[in-house]
Amino acid sequence: MQPRALRELESRASVARLPGPGERWFDRSFRGGTRIVTWLVVVLSAYIVWEIGSNAWPAMQTFGPRFLSDSAWDPNNGRFGVLPQIWGTLYSSLLALLMAGSVGLVLAVFLSEGFLPRRVEATFRYVVELLAAVPSVVYGLWGIHVVIPLLRPAANWLHEQFGWLPLFETSLSGPGLFPAALVLAIMVLPTVAAISQDAIRAVPDRMREAVYGMGATRWQAIGKVILPAAGSGIFGALVLGLGRALGETMALAMLVGNSNQISLSLFSPANTLAASLALNFPEAGVLEAQALMYSALILLAITLLVNLIGAWFVGRSARRLEGRS
Amino acid sequence: MSRQRRDNGNNGDSGGSTLRRSWRRPHTLLSGTLTGLAWLIALLACAPLFSVLYMLVVKGGARLGTEVFTELPPVAFEPGGGFGNAIVGTAVMVAIAAALSVPSGILTALYLREFGRSTRIASVARFCIKTLTGMPSILAGVFAYAAVVLLTGGYSAPAGGVALALLMLPTVVLTAEEALGMVPKATREAAYGLGCTPTQVALKVVLPEALPGAMTGIMLAVARASGETAPLLFTALFSDYWINQLGRIELMEPTASLAVLIYNYSGMPFENQIELAWAASLVLVVLVMLFNAAGRALSTNQGRDRQ
Repeated sequence: MQPRALRELESRASVARLPGPGERWFDRSFRGGTRIVTWLVVVLSAYIVWEIGSNAWPAMQTFGPRFLSDSAWDPNNGRFGVLPQIWGTLYSSLLALLMAGSVGLVLAVFLSEGFLPRRVEATFRYVVELLAAVPSVVYGLWGIHVVIPLLRPAANWLHEQFGWLPLFETSLSGPGLFPAALVLAIMVLPTVAAISQDAIRAVPDRMREAVYGMGATRWQAIGKVILPAAGSGIFGALVLGLGRALGETMALAMLVGNSNQISLSLFSPANTLAASLALNFPEAGVLEAQALMYSALILLAITLLVNLIGAWFVGRSARRLEGRS
Repeated sequence: MSRQRRDNGNNGDSGGSTLRRSWRRPHTLLSGTLTGLAWLIALLACAPLFSVLYMLVVKGGARLGTEVFTELPPVAFEPGGGFGNAIVGTAVMVAIAAALSVPSGILTALYLREFGRSTRIASVARFCIKTLTGMPSILAGVFAYAAVVLLTGGYSAPAGGVALALLMLPTVVLTAEEALGMVPKATREAAYGLGCTPTQVALKVVLPEALPGAMTGIMLAVARASGETAPLLFTALFSDYWINQLGRIELMEPTASLAVLIYNYSGMPFENQIELAWAASLVLVVLVMLFNAAGRALSTNQGRDRQ
């Protein structure tokens, strides 16, 4: 503290005093204000659901539950269904999660179990975080001009050699499911890696010391003790990664090919709920816009459910490990 | 160290130097292979970032000049041109979004942490905000379309700003709340002891202390918002013109943004437009990384102060 302020303090009997009426009034109204703003946030969240729901309502009445099982998207004849979009959403997201999950898990272990000097570890972590900072539209551009040309020869070779497998039924001519899922995996990787790292770090050191003390090698300790202990958190990380993948829009809109078909083939064009919103909404007529609002509502419901499940697992893992240490 | 001791115990029968690690033992071999594999995967995971950055510097850097910042987008077969209007548009919409989300986010965080920490409405609000975090960005666009575009009768910068604000709000609230929570309890007690009202404690003691942390969140939110495309597609749309026409600033007109420009030009069959898309990507990524780095610098400074 500065000497001047100190002198001032000493010269007065006490700096403490009761708040005056003006201060009390300001206190009450300010606190009331923050309370109102907090209420507004809650109201806003409900309003989002209501607004999307009420705009989807006409389509829900017209198409009913058949909307989920119909695979036509035909604005000219007024027939709409989102089965191919749901299929494409789930297929691309799960494929992306398979890739991001395996790489992300290895990365999380690698960056939190003392394989590297601290500074190298921090650099790696920074690089992985930066992957999340690149805007998805830039990934889309990169996917169109780098990933697809890079994958095409390999994909077409697979198609020629193993074309009898449903996975390689078609050749990759341009946009397709696999390049989209690959780029999606890169975008989801930071989420999966960061949350599973937190879960692994939360495993108490005493457990590590105990298993090393029994003579386990590092990978035995990881495989048999540390990963099972962090299992719930890692599962949560995967589910939250899935939540991100399901809602990701731009990279898919640019890479997936906007084709409403249900195919197992990795290289055929497909569509997803989010991508079809981005691609069709700007030019949609009245009925199509209602149908798109309906599919937005479905997307909202799916992502909400998946995120709640993921958050629950992450929370449970953190609580458990806290209780243990 | 521990490994040597372990091998010592198991290796007793082989004679010779028992402290040496032998690669012929299956455990060691497996461990070594797995570690090598982990290295490989870690390096593989970093490859996309370097590939993206390389392409941005090579393709985008080749086109980068002063004219891209000052000129308007070109029409189909026209050479040259730039995206000055898109940079202005992105700045305007992110500013609108920040003006909407930062004050309300900070006030909400103050209520959640300082005034109404354990009230029912606080836990409901916390749940809503966590749910908003996971909301796909395209749905923010759908909402802003229904709530703003349909209401005002046209695509506009404020509609885009509202959509971006929705995406910024959760980050602002959650990081501000966390930063407020890191202020030591004793600091608050000292202020209360002098007769401060809760508002005075919050505004004059706790908030200044938590400001660097909250700023980190704001910077990260701004970084994210500047790169978002999906929420702008049918709220702000795009425009080939400057935001100020004939000396007036036309906020209620369709507004250009860097992200939508990249999207529109990425699929075009014209070399000039694709070059511009790469240049715009470079500008956008530099912008986003700058805000990220600013946020990071703030949070590390804060950590240093504490220690």
